[in-house]
Amino acid sequence: MDLGPYLVLATLEGAVTAAVLALTAVGLSLVFGVMRVVNIAHGEFFMLGAVLAWWIATSVGGHPAFGFGAALIMAPLIVGALAMAADMTILKRLDYDPERTIVATIGLLYIIQQLTLMGYGPEARPVEAPFNTRLAIPWFEHGLEGWQMIWPWGLGTTSYKLAVIGAAVVILCGVWAVMARTRLGLVMRATQADREMALAFGIPVERVYAITFGLGAGLAALAAVLIVPIQQAHYLMGADPLLLSFIVVIIGGLGSLPGTVLAAVLIGLSDGIISVFFSPTLAKIIATLLVALVLVFRPQGLFGKRAA
Amino acid sequence: MLRLDKIGAGYGHAQVLHEVSLQVSPGEILCLLGRNGAGKTTLMRAVMGLVPLMSGAVQLDNVTLSDLPPHDVPRAGVGYVPQGRRLFSGLSVAQNLEIGLMAGGQGMAMREEVLDLFPRLRDRMGQAAQTLSGGEQQMLAMARALCLAPRVLLLDEPTEGLQPSMIDAIREVITAMCARGVAVLLVEQRLHAVLSVADRVAFLEDGRNGPVIPAETLRADRALADRYLGV
Repeated sequence: MDLGPYLVLATLEGAVTAAVLALTAVGLSLVFGVMRVVNIAHGEFFMLGAVLAWWIATSVGGHPAFGFGAALIMAPLIVGALAMAADMTILKRLDYDPERTIVATIGLLYIIQQLTLMGYGPEARPVEAPFNTRLAIPWFEHGLEGWQMIWPWGLGTTSYKLAVIGAAVVILCGVWAVMARTRLGLVMRATQADREMALAFGIPVERVYAITFGLGAGLAALAAVLIVPIQQAHYLMGADPLLLSFIVVIIGGLGSLPGTVLAAVLIGLSDGIISVFFSPTLAKIIATLLVALVLVFRPQGLFGKRAA
Repeated sequence: MLRLDKIGAGYGHAQVLHEVSLQVSPGEILCLLGRNGAGKTTLMRAVMGLVPLMSGAVQLDNVTLSDLPPHDVPRAGVGYVPQGRRLFSGLSVAQNLEIGLMAGGQGMAMREEVLDLFPRLRDRMGQAAQTLSGGEQQMLAMARALCLAPRVLLLDEPTEGLQPSMIDAIREVITAMCARGVAVLLVEQRLHAVLSVADRVAFLEDGRNGPVIPAETLRADRALADRYLGV
């Protein structure tokens, strides 16, 4: 097989990574943008979403679609509710102080991780995809008889992977619609712009913070539910999404949702392509190098605003 | 009536206000004057609940504002125009006004009423707040506060850095609000900017009550005012 089909295959894999990463990173970016809280436990909310998805899917039984559908609805809601509880019991007491909340979320990371290990165990467990039809992808080659459509062996994807990409696009459009078109989005953006003035204009800032923290964690959990039929649920699976989300949020611009989505596409695609052609480790090294370059030459990120 | 009863307030352990008492009646404009660092802005922030009180109480009619969480103070009928405008900069003019309407539970009729006072904002509704000129930003800050149909309006240096025509426009709105029965507490550094509109002038000296003098008396005796301001 030529390089071209491999590139298509790598791009498709990268698009799946980008889709899931965009959802996870948008959650992290929302929390930082509105609350100015660097949530180190974000990856654990992702992991919790995957573990809950396994538990819900296993409990429901029957056709895989039933279990998966229930997980898709319930896991983000449960994780979001847990995050809201963590916000009200921990972050609120620290008055959302940027430094102290970093330490607090590190503590939260270990609590969630170790409780999961105790309750769920160290095994990696799969969730069956609701549908998983293999789809061959055609390729065009120029031969003696001109351009011909061929079906190279191994060049294909699954209907589920395409559905993950589609679902992520729909969810991201939903997040944009909430932020741009609803009252909740308006008060979140007002709080992001000026917390004190938001209070002076009747916005219950602490409630907005709790909702934002819940929404951010819920998005991470939703991303995990989507990916868990492809990657298995494991109590240590939160580290990679956390690292990549930080990379994406820094490149995109802290608190900028369009920047976060664009950077997720960039990092996700490059991760997929470099992983296929070289190695996943090299992909992470290059992404980290990109962050270093952004921090040196454009510290506010691609779409971020320079601090006044 | 807005009543400040022996309030003490500050930041951390640093107390800025010491037993300050004031009252502003409906339809009255009370101007608060004092040197830099006298505690004028802190007093405004203390009324809004943005600075915690160390002692005393703030009351609006029968409601003790200082017992309410900060976000309930505007809902009780207090509009605030802070120093430096502090608009929601990423939001449009219309969205800034909507935040004010939401705080006061008001509808579009109130928005129209406010826009009649600031017709220039009508053409800028979709524009981002930070792209407005300084004068227009001040108009928007005032309009945002008026959208919640306040019974008390706190204005912290509303004419700072504005050209004379803008200052006249802002002054007209303040007078109009006063005529509608709104109690206005106005902080200014420049005495001449307020004497024409104020009913009474209260001096704040190092965070403590100074004299409260009818504006009429100060208009007649500028030397007296200069003595209090130390100019």
